Amino acid sequence: MYEGMIAETISLPGHNGDHILAYSARPLGNGPAPGVVVIHHMPGWDEWTREVARKLAARGYAVLAPHLYSRLGPGSPDDVAARARASGGVADDQVVGDIGASIRYLRTQPSSNGRVGIIGFCSGGRHAYLAACRLPDVDAAVDCWGGGVIVDDPSQLTERGPVAPIDLTAQLGCPLLGIFGNEDGNPTPDQVDRTEEALRHHGKAYEFHRYDGAGHGFFAVDRPAYRPHQATDAWGKVSRFYDQHLRSPAGD
Amino acid sequence: MCTHITEQAAIVGSAKGPDGWMTVDTATVYYDHPYHAPLEHSLNIDLVNASEGAGSRVALELSAESARALVRAIHAALEQGADAHGG
Repeated sequence: MYEGMIAETISLPGHNGDHILAYSARPLGNGPAPGVVVIHHMPGWDEWTREVARKLAARGYAVLAPHLYSRLGPGSPDDVAARARASGGVADDQVVGDIGASIRYLRTQPSSNGRVGIIGFCSGGRHAYLAACRLPDVDAAVDCWGGGVIVDDPSQLTERGPVAPIDLTAQLGCPLLGIFGNEDGNPTPDQVDRTEEALRHHGKAYEFHRYDGAGHGFFAVDRPAYRPHQATDAWGKVSRFYDQHLRSPAGD
Repeated sequence: MCTHITEQAAIVGSAKGPDGWMTVDTATVYYDHPYHAPLEHSLNIDLVNASEGAGSRVALELSAESARALVRAIHAALEQGADAHGG
């Protein structure tokens, strides 16, 4: 069986019409293919983010990974990420705007089936939760160990991140998949429990999977945190979740 | 951890990067995921010239233990230097 994909850097108008970079990876062919926006972690728009994009493209999704620090470049992704950290991080409004623009880009491609999901890791997991609550056009969201969804210390709220995502749970408009390690310190298992409680309280469609023997970022194959058994199982759950919610055409 | 917890210090000095020597005026210090070091978390130090481009940076990613050893070495060197040179 022949397989092929095209993967390349593109630019698109992001939040406020600013041109941002994004890594696009999609299967060759006419489609129709569902879309997935990959939201990178705090260390930036790195090689691993591109690997995730290609992994999902190989599974049949048209993927776009926006460079959320684009405005702080040019430069190598690690240098730009360092600059983002030194300046206090990027504003939630801007990130949600860039994710929304990426969703629109994918949905308007001729090969789109009209459905688009999002997935985020670490700080990107928090962004995924936030975007799924604030954007009306997300069809399925995956939060991988997003820290800061719950903010216990109000002094941690800032001008750039003024609202704890958990407080927007009532607005969540799509099914949510959560992947967590029970040895993670951010989010802690207790915070994961409280997030689940909020989802249940508001009657949201969700599934949470917690893994023993795994901590933060256990998908990262180039890190000691990598847990092959847990990661393989969790990637399978991501695939099943997206297949369930993104494979049927829009409107079904 | 992926937190924004970051310490910054105004510094006076120079650092040598891939393009040669440059003036640095800011040290950003944080304990979080490394970009390159094969560690779960690392003590990261970015020495930058804030007025220059993103690439004007000398970066360190150290294990917590080696970062503490570095701090001890810096203190020891400063004390010995002060004894020898005054200051």
